Amino acid sequence: MSLQDARNAAVEKLLSRRRLSPLELLPWVIALGVYFFLPQYLTLGSQILIMVLFALSLDITLGYAGVIILGHAAFYGMGAYTAGLLAVHGWGDPLIGLVAAAIAAAILGLVSGIVILRTTGLALLMLGMAVALILYEAANRLHDITGGFDGLRGMTIQPIFGYFDFDFFGKTAFLYCLAVLFLAWLFVRQVVISPFGRSLVGIQENADRMAAIGTPVARRKLIAFVLSAAIAGIAGALSAQINQFVSLSVFSFELSGTVLVMLVLGGAGRLYGAFVGAPLYMIAQDQFAKGDPVYWLFWLGILLIAVVLFARGGILGVVDAVRETIGRRLTGRVAVAAADTKSSAGS
Amino acid sequence: MTDTVISILFSGAAFATVLYLISVGLSITMGLLGIANLAHGAFAMAGGYIAFALVNRLGVNFFAALLVAAVAVAAISVVLERLIYRPVYDAGELEQVLLSMGLIFASIAIAHFAFGPLPLAVNVPASLQGQVDIGWRSFPAYRLFLIAFGLCVFVTLWFAIERTALGARIRAAVDNRAMAEGVGINTRVLFTVVFALGSALAAVGGALGSEVVALTPFYPLEYLVYFLIVVSIGGLGSVSGPALAALLLGFGDSACKILIPEFGAFFIYVAIFLVLLVRPNGLFGRAQS
Repeated sequence: MSLQDARNAAVEKLLSRRRLSPLELLPWVIALGVYFFLPQYLTLGSQILIMVLFALSLDITLGYAGVIILGHAAFYGMGAYTAGLLAVHGWGDPLIGLVAAAIAAAILGLVSGIVILRTTGLALLMLGMAVALILYEAANRLHDITGGFDGLRGMTIQPIFGYFDFDFFGKTAFLYCLAVLFLAWLFVRQVVISPFGRSLVGIQENADRMAAIGTPVARRKLIAFVLSAAIAGIAGALSAQINQFVSLSVFSFELSGTVLVMLVLGGAGRLYGAFVGAPLYMIAQDQFAKGDPVYWLFWLGILLIAVVLFARGGILGVVDAVRETIGRRLTGRVAVAAADTKSSAGS
Repeated sequence: MTDTVISILFSGAAFATVLYLISVGLSITMGLLGIANLAHGAFAMAGGYIAFALVNRLGVNFFAALLVAAVAVAAISVVLERLIYRPVYDAGELEQVLLSMGLIFASIAIAHFAFGPLPLAVNVPASLQGQVDIGWRSFPAYRLFLIAFGLCVFVTLWFAIERTALGARIRAAVDNRAMAEGVGINTRVLFTVVFALGSALAAVGGALGSEVVALTPFYPLEYLVYFLIVVSIGGLGSVSGPALAALLLGFGDSACKILIPEFGAFFIYVAIFLVLLVRPNGLFGRAQS
């Protein structure tokens, strides 16, 4: 293959990511199917959509920028408390709540990102955890404002656009979450296929080399971190508005760990890991954790160990590997056939 | 006033001893191979529960039970090291974090299944019960013993690391692993030895410390932050760094709990945040990675 061919192939590969493949529409078809045919699962469905959004936000930092953060719940909680407090104090318009939550979480992401992204390794892990822990303790201490350990109650959420009221069956809530997730997905997809997104992957793979070819590594990472924080904040706000309740657990280490597990089970750095991992996790938890949550924890632990030891890329990684093997077999056969024709023609 | 200061120092020192016993092994193993093993607390919990089962249920002698717990946990840890940790030595940090989280989850479930959700403590032997009067004030005998034990472990470890051939090998491997391997030190075997010793110490810490830090199934998760604070402030691969860090954290924690209980651990976390910001390798780190 000549240099020109290789270049064309690379460009083709990059461009092919931009095209929407039919498979990418599958999550939305399934979600609409749930809405029309499984109305009894709409409440669970809304929670799943929120967690998909949360895991999607983590994918930007973890999967693309390669920053291992064990305190992503900090931004989710920031968004949840922002939207919740607004609704308690009379600004119950859900969209204003979302925007305010995104801004608040982005500011937190900017301030904490400037500080913690300077470190690596253990210090980075610790500082990420510390951000969420500090907010947890602060929210607990400020119980006059946040409700402390009892949680934040008494929100009045106005209808969306002043027209679509939140109904008892959760139909509006489901569609609301779905619409927000859809827009966020369009945005994140655009980000990760853009040159900016490619440069994040480059930074993850070799930060020194990216710096050497002129990429402002620290700034790119910070931007990714802020974007990720803002989207996590939106997810938190959705949760606050739909449940009309915010508890301290939004800042908990458990939540940070859970979202990480969801993303990794699905496959990090693949954009769709969140769409696979979060629903599977939530549905499995709903099924198995009802009777005995500890039993569920055991199998979750075993599953995590198995994923790390045998399936690094998560479920989507396994799917990719299988597809690649099949693809190689097929092209191999074609190549052999082509070689056969050539040699027979030559002789 | 003096009373408050003394009780802060005393309970802080007891807590620090437990933290030190559990974390020092983690510090050295992390320094040796850079493994982010968050599941180290599970070994402490296992040691605590084994000692609990032996002492409280079977009536075994307290000190014999400690020994059995240490040996059993060391054996378990070597098996886990060979089977589970070894494949991720060269993988990224994320894999190590996930793997150890998986171990934490599984250990929580096993502990819950075997011992139930309630907090438990190993029975203190009769010889260590009661108060000891040292002139102007009396202290609980068991906690004095605990602190003394911690001091002995610290001195022994310091001697072993600074003055023995094994210690010299460990220090060499922490400072520069490639060079240590180049001069013929088998770092993998060294690591297994250190891993087993560290886990045994953690087991002793969990068992001895159950009077201060009660055993619950969520132990590895609940105190994870504390262990990591000791390691990250103390610096990786060191014996004395974690001791100082554990003392600081112990005093700080008991001061916060006694003086400003309504704030919880808020100031501790803020302090950690500021320290790591200025010194990402910890206050007393010797490994410059």
